[in-house]
Amino acid sequence: MAAKTGSVERLVGSYNAWATNGASRAPAWLKDLRAGGIARFGDLGFPNMKQEAWRFTSVAPIAEGSFELAQAPTRVPTLEEIRPFLLLEAGYRLVFVDGFFQRSLSTPFFDDVQSLAHVVTHRQDLVREHLGKYATTQDRPFSALNTAFVSDGAFVHVPAKAAIAEPIQLLFLASGDKQVVTHPRNLVVIEREARASIVETYASLGDGPYWTNSVTEIVAGEAARVDYHRVQRESTRAYHVATTQTHQGRDSTVNLHTIAFGAALARHDLGSVMAGPGGRLILNGLYLLAGAQHADHHTTIDHAADHCESHEYFNGVLDEKSRGVFTGRIIVRPGAQKTDSKQTNNNLLLSADAHADSQPQLEIYADDVKCTHGSTVGPLDPRAVFYLRSRGVGEAEARRLLTYGFAAEIIGRINEAPLRAQLDAIVRGRLAEK
Amino acid sequence: MKQGKVLLEVKGLRVAVAGTEILKGVDLTIREGEVHAIMGPNGSGKSTLAQVLAGHPAYTVLAGSAAYDGKDLLDMKPEERARAGVFLAFQYPVEIRGITNSYFLRSALNALRRERGEPELDPIDFLQFLEQKLKAIGWDDSMMNRPVNEGFSGGEKKRNEILQLAVLEPRLAILDETDSGLDIDALKTVAETVNKLRGPDRSFLIVTHYQRLLNYITPDVVHVLADGRIVKSGGPALAHELEAKGYDWLRDGVMVS
Repeated sequence: MAAKTGSVERLVGSYNAWATNGASRAPAWLKDLRAGGIARFGDLGFPNMKQEAWRFTSVAPIAEGSFELAQAPTRVPTLEEIRPFLLLEAGYRLVFVDGFFQRSLSTPFFDDVQSLAHVVTHRQDLVREHLGKYATTQDRPFSALNTAFVSDGAFVHVPAKAAIAEPIQLLFLASGDKQVVTHPRNLVVIEREARASIVETYASLGDGPYWTNSVTEIVAGEAARVDYHRVQRESTRAYHVATTQTHQGRDSTVNLHTIAFGAALARHDLGSVMAGPGGRLILNGLYLLAGAQHADHHTTIDHAADHCESHEYFNGVLDEKSRGVFTGRIIVRPGAQKTDSKQTNNNLLLSADAHADSQPQLEIYADDVKCTHGSTVGPLDPRAVFYLRSRGVGEAEARRLLTYGFAAEIIGRINEAPLRAQLDAIVRGRLAEK
Repeated sequence: MKQGKVLLEVKGLRVAVAGTEILKGVDLTIREGEVHAIMGPNGSGKSTLAQVLAGHPAYTVLAGSAAYDGKDLLDMKPEERARAGVFLAFQYPVEIRGITNSYFLRSALNALRRERGEPELDPIDFLQFLEQKLKAIGWDDSMMNRPVNEGFSGGEKKRNEILQLAVLEPRLAILDETDSGLDIDALKTVAETVNKLRGPDRSFLIVTHYQRLLNYITPDVVHVLADGRIVKSGGPALAHELEAKGYDWLRDGVMVS
């Protein structure tokens, strides 16, 4: 326990040094938010496997690793260098390196698609109204830690009844050559009847160990529609901890796709609150792992209002010694009648050493609801292999095709066609390596 | 009818699954262009015969031989059999998540084309090819962009098997209880399509429990399989006889040696 306490103290010390030095010019409300975050983290400490929400995932490598708070990169990559990580040619783009906004690589749009650091002073009221209001820090030490270090990240705002026609790309690149931690903080506010499509990507220029601890808050106003895509392609030696929290108003639609390819250890908490009646949520996830990768997706869909629909589909493709964890918690609050909730988690084990844990958690406090869930864990279906072989497809190709189908089922639900094609190519590339 | 050359010759075939002998010595000769029906009660080994000819790995050949186009069929992998022109329409078609019918069919067709030394079809060429095939059998493309068999009704799954047959153009098409689970309209559609696909270069082996499919597809030869052996063979009239009398007279009576 000593080492653990030590690492918490070190992070608190790092916060104190940063708060009195680099971050001292922040407005008072932001300083208070940060102070609350570090106090909460100090109380909670790192999670351990005795806690229900962490029973399959050990964060010891993070707690015991000495990650310094990232500094602004000494060298900014060129557009050519970052191009392989851009999943879309068109649209607005915000690029961050080691957590720092890179204006020269970005194409912001006034103060609506901007760096958070910029809008904290330029749109203070709007940021203050939303920042930290959705991603709880209660029982969430990593979210608390991120909140303590809130300084930069992406800010997207679409005013009522407006639509940003082009997709918005948020790219978080790690230099990947220093043992550092970044705490990207993103705020997405889509006002009433507005619409946006956003792609948030994490990737690395190097292959060293580093730690990303991000939080993204997404607010969809009444009858708003958000297509949100999250692509995690961190270095395979990286640690990736993330929270994505959505909050939906009446009759809003959120399609949230999360694809995880990278990191040695990844933990992603996805939370959705259906706060107004008539909301629709699609939560669509894929984790494609190999080697000794470990990815833990912890999802919570909170049906707080009536007549909402949530459809959750997560597929895992696990090769070699990798491990996938999926927890799907669905809460139907008293009065959330006519809730229609469907959850599916399918895991494909490509090796005898791969492992998957899948646990649905349904908490239903209303009586007129439809909630279904199902999960599978297993190898490729031999009947399907024979079916393909009986059509002339060779055995190795049949296995590859079936594996691809597992991933394609998830990627195929993405509406943004160029993004879908890019992800499809990444999946094919991964499977061809075998 | 002028007799074609022998396409499939099965001799003394004995097959076991999970240690139990199912086929106890089957002899069967199918010539090019012929349509053979295999009928028989449940558990007689009909589906086993269909599956073993397609190369299902769960079955163990104990004895006997199967020559296809002069080659040792039993020595070929399932995909080699398919590329040589053997096709099995499954009794229970398998659902394949994430792969559209169109993609699946193109992969299968290209595997066959590679074998024949023909250039592979890209998605656009394939769609044109497919359009012709669909037109020839009078079907639309509504099933093409759905994942293979996923969420298909029983009838749609069977139709999909026949569609694959039409696209892959096998020399020997084995239909394993394609009629089961079909309503009469779907049955007619499937039968009409099979009839359109009949030709001098294509042979059929139709495995069925009921005679009703044979009201629409007239076979050249009808065989009765009982307890792992072919106990009677005859013309199309045999199917009607079986429908009228059932299978019991064969099981209890004179035919079983």
